[in-house]
Amino acid sequence: MITVESLADAFVEIADTLVDDFDVIEFLETVTSRSAQMSRASAGGLLLADPHGRLQFMAASQESVKLLELFQLQNDEGPCLDCFHSGSPVVNTDLTQAQERWPLFAPRAAAAGFRSVHAFPLRHRRNVIGALNLFSSDTGTLEPQEIKIVQALADVATIGLLQERTIRGQDILTEQLQGALNTRITIEQAKGALARTHGIGVDAAFDLMRGYARRNHYLLSEVAQTIITDPTRHPELTENGRTS
Amino acid sequence: MGDLSGRLARVHQLIDDEPAVADAPAGVAGRLTRLCSALARDLPATGAGVSLMTEDHGGGGTAASDPSCREVEELQFSLAEGPCIEAFTSRRPVLEPDLAERGWRRWPGYSPAAHARGVRAVFAFPLQVGAARLGALDVYRDEPGSLSSQDLRDALTFAEVAVGILLDGQRAAADGDLAPGLDDVLIDRAEVYQAQGMVMVDLGVDLTEAMARLRGHAYAQSQFLIDVARDVVAGRLRLDRDTS
Repeated sequence: MITVESLADAFVEIADTLVDDFDVIEFLETVTSRSAQMSRASAGGLLLADPHGRLQFMAASQESVKLLELFQLQNDEGPCLDCFHSGSPVVNTDLTQAQERWPLFAPRAAAAGFRSVHAFPLRHRRNVIGALNLFSSDTGTLEPQEIKIVQALADVATIGLLQERTIRGQDILTEQLQGALNTRITIEQAKGALARTHGIGVDAAFDLMRGYARRNHYLLSEVAQTIITDPTRHPELTENGRTS
Repeated sequence: MGDLSGRLARVHQLIDDEPAVADAPAGVAGRLTRLCSALARDLPATGAGVSLMTEDHGGGGTAASDPSCREVEELQFSLAEGPCIEAFTSRRPVLEPDLAERGWRRWPGYSPAAHARGVRAVFAFPLQVGAARLGALDVYRDEPGSLSSQDLRDALTFAEVAVGILLDGQRAAADGDLAPGLDDVLIDRAEVYQAQGMVMVDLGVDLTEAMARLRGHAYAQSQFLIDVARDVVAGRLRLDRDTS
């Protein structure tokens, strides 16, 4: 069961992220991590639909190549695609029974050590703009009350993206979405650059970048951008041999 | 995925179908000019323009569907304000469906001048891939009103094609045409962006150059960009200055 404390903590953290200097990827990561934590999931990810209707990975409770692959796969099939089309949550699905439903996704997710999966739609008016994906390594089921709460967190993600509800909602959403998609790309580019500079993997490169951003109170997206356009600004990060 | 591939091919076809104009510029500038004309013909827009910009926000040339649009594009540089400059700096689209109502506050110098040339709505889309920024695409209307989601999606497709034209510019044949839709469909994979960051470090060039080199390599080797990217990320391929 989700405790009142964990719910309160989650909302305080999310509210802080919304009110402070807003970094869209960090905000989405906070919502994802808290949702995963509260539903006792081992991992979670958040996908947003681009204007072509493809689900693009935006943030995860932990960055890993393995997880990223499971998210990217879901453009073709999987719980996120299903909930994106239906507009309803897809919950409590046992991956060992899902072979027929998701012939490509189910075995890959099972091979990655997961047993059950949930997906919640991110909704904006009558549209679905993305999905929140949770993976569990056991068959833990979510109770109806818990499903409601996680859906509410997914809705908070949408609100955060919009930041204001005006008659220009659609235009603002497009602007924010495109900005967020582009920020994610910048982060991947920076991961590559750091990985090459230090001779490490891309996941380790992400941890390095994020650890640096947090220690120095920089926005993750700004650090990622500066790594590419002005590396001399963060020598601790961009010079080889200086990783702590 | 099939939809996007179809949309990109369609845009390239629209550009190819644009009638040749006497004294038209050659190469990349020529193709961008035809892109603007094709967009104005295809979308509910009266005109379009592309402005190239550099990291320090200097303007570097424009293309437009007609001389009046070209004037409106260039206005932004002489006044140092305007939707395409804002889209470039904020790294997200700037959608202003009612220039007369709201534009005055946003761009007090630009709005009256654009208004005097018949512009009533402007939609600016940055030409960018992550941290690499090339410029912006402006779409103009002579009456107020938002673009529909479908039109926005199509405008964004034109913007993606414009980015491809710019990146492939150096490798274009003398007549400015390049194989259309070079694997654009699969470029939204994390590995491609990571590879861009890696090539940037490997070659000691800026990100835009790294992106162009990756695409050029894929084209020269008749490989899919995603496969070249995977080779780079896995360490199987390292572009060097001599690699074509």
